[in-house]
Amino acid sequence: MTSANIEDPRGPGRARIPSSRGLSRAARRVASFVFSLAVTLFGLLLVTFLIARVVPLDPVLAVVGDRATQAQYEAARVELGLDRPLPEQFVRYVGDVLTGDLGTANLTGQPVLRDIQRTFPNTLELATFATILGIVLGIPGGVVGAVFQGRWPDQVIRVVGLLGYSMPVFWLGLVALLIFYGILGWAPGPGRLDVTQQFTYEFDVTRYTGSVILDSALSGAWDVFRNAVAHLILPAAVLGYFSMAYISRMTRSFMLEQLGQEYITAARVKGVPEWRVIWVHALGNAMVPLITVIVLSYASLLEGSVLTETVFAWPGLGLYVTQALFAADFNAVLGGTLVIGAMFIVLNLLSDILYAIVDPRAR
Amino acid sequence: MSGAPTPAGLRAWLDTDTPQSRLQARSISAWNAWRTLSSNALAMVGLGIIVVLILMAIFAPVIATHAPNAQNLAGRLNPPGWEGHILGTDELGRDIFSRIVHGARVTLYIVALVAVTAPVFGLIIGTVAGTLGGWTDRILMRITDIFLAFPRLILALAFVAALGPGIVNAVLAIALTAWPAYARVARAETLTVRRSDYIAAARLQGASTLRIITGHIMPMCLSSVVVRVTLDMAGIILTAAGLGFLGLGAQPPLAEWGAMISTGRQYLLSHWWVATVPGIAILLVSLGFNLLGDALRDVLDPRAASK
Repeated sequence: MTSANIEDPRGPGRARIPSSRGLSRAARRVASFVFSLAVTLFGLLLVTFLIARVVPLDPVLAVVGDRATQAQYEAARVELGLDRPLPEQFVRYVGDVLTGDLGTANLTGQPVLRDIQRTFPNTLELATFATILGIVLGIPGGVVGAVFQGRWPDQVIRVVGLLGYSMPVFWLGLVALLIFYGILGWAPGPGRLDVTQQFTYEFDVTRYTGSVILDSALSGAWDVFRNAVAHLILPAAVLGYFSMAYISRMTRSFMLEQLGQEYITAARVKGVPEWRVIWVHALGNAMVPLITVIVLSYASLLEGSVLTETVFAWPGLGLYVTQALFAADFNAVLGGTLVIGAMFIVLNLLSDILYAIVDPRAR
Repeated sequence: MSGAPTPAGLRAWLDTDTPQSRLQARSISAWNAWRTLSSNALAMVGLGIIVVLILMAIFAPVIATHAPNAQNLAGRLNPPGWEGHILGTDELGRDIFSRIVHGARVTLYIVALVAVTAPVFGLIIGTVAGTLGGWTDRILMRITDIFLAFPRLILALAFVAALGPGIVNAVLAIALTAWPAYARVARAETLTVRRSDYIAAARLQGASTLRIITGHIMPMCLSSVVVRVTLDMAGIILTAAGLGFLGLGAQPPLAEWGAMISTGRQYLLSHWWVATVPGIAILLVSLGFNLLGDALRDVLDPRAASK
């Protein structure tokens, strides 16, 4: 939060005295952010822990099998720490999570953390491209809607957005697959890569980041890169539609608010070209709350990807969690929930922080 | 001066500037809200969709042309229009139209259950926190914030995973993730009225805190909460359908729209109607709630509309 001082428009000379007060205020704000982050993450841990306790599945049976004797069963129970009182188990759980131990996934036989490291980049790829689409289409859409308020471009954009709000994402994904893969043959089918490219990727591509697109580009495997992008387009477009609906609606309402302000009239009177008034003056100010909206939409896409990934057989975290769910693999489910939840919480708080940085009045 | 039986008299009774009774005053405000709402064509479309949904749910056995679970393995996966199956048949030869009609009951059941649990819980938490203030407020709101910060679908997923799949558990999971928003709205409303003179007057007359909350504060929060519920309904329907699609909501053979899409998915490329038709039903119903919710917000909550 040092930007509070760097960006002080009053200059270094006059800012000296207020800046020390400003700094302590910033420090207090940082402390309160960190505190609420810690409390919320603690709450998330508590919820996942309690969920794990109320599950009707017996974790001891999963380890020893149903032919174990009573003595073996008891021994395993003690070893897993399940004979300890609940608060003590919770402390152990928090300790495990903090040291990165999320247990072993029965489904893959690997530590859950490693599975998450493998799948999460795919989810991030999907959510990132979808958000970019949402920004590129949603912001101009919202601006046009505000400028033409009540006339047909506004109505069209509004209806398109409203449809986005009302559509089940998994259904739109299926319809998109049916049309662009099944009927037109323009898009590749579900999955991250074609089988042949998958082979090249497994053996010839160095994993720098875990993201197929970045890694194949960095390794110069352009066939894999092209294939990876082709597979990304359809799911990213489906997910991006929802992002666009949200962003365009918020852009419209922020723009309407700005366009009614006096400084807009002043700019017009001054002879500033209309496009500049709209796209520079008004949008510039509307961007302040919009940044929050974009970050929040990114967070909700991480979550929305659960259903999209299922439809497109996208090997991301969402698909991993749902598959684990059906295999009754609880370590994997809770690990995935924890990671998505933590990302969501961090992004939520990040949007608050960004808002405070961008908007001088909020400092 | 009271309610006349003739329509003209009723109009006059509703249009007067000087209501004689509490009932009349309330009727007038409801009548005015209705007039604003009914002038909005899109809102009427939304209301129409919801009315059709409700009628479909009530008269499902009458409207449906076939029994929703009657299988006919000789007539599997037939296209719309085949031998009286308006929307075709699914992988077990069941009539898709009849299943959609019966699915309206499931959707309405989910919507109704969530609508009577989450908002009530949120209303209680929000008004109690707002009225009592201090530490009660801080603790309750901190808990609310924690729940609000969670990703909704993921949390519902984890709850259903723990409780076991099924429609009641899906509703419970959705309600558990939906209440914090109502608590926030109710608390915000409570804070605006709790220092009012009429609350002080009620307190001076000896009303207990419980009575003040239930009798004097909750009614003031209702309209905001109702608007919020209507706007949330679409999201609730979509979440429920998503859980059904993942196989965690309604279980077969219950005709739930999300689950119907899920089974139709295997036949998507060869028999498109099995998966697409239930999706259109979900789309229409959530569109209906969205349209109505938008308009209701303008009517009942002028402050939000002016933003």
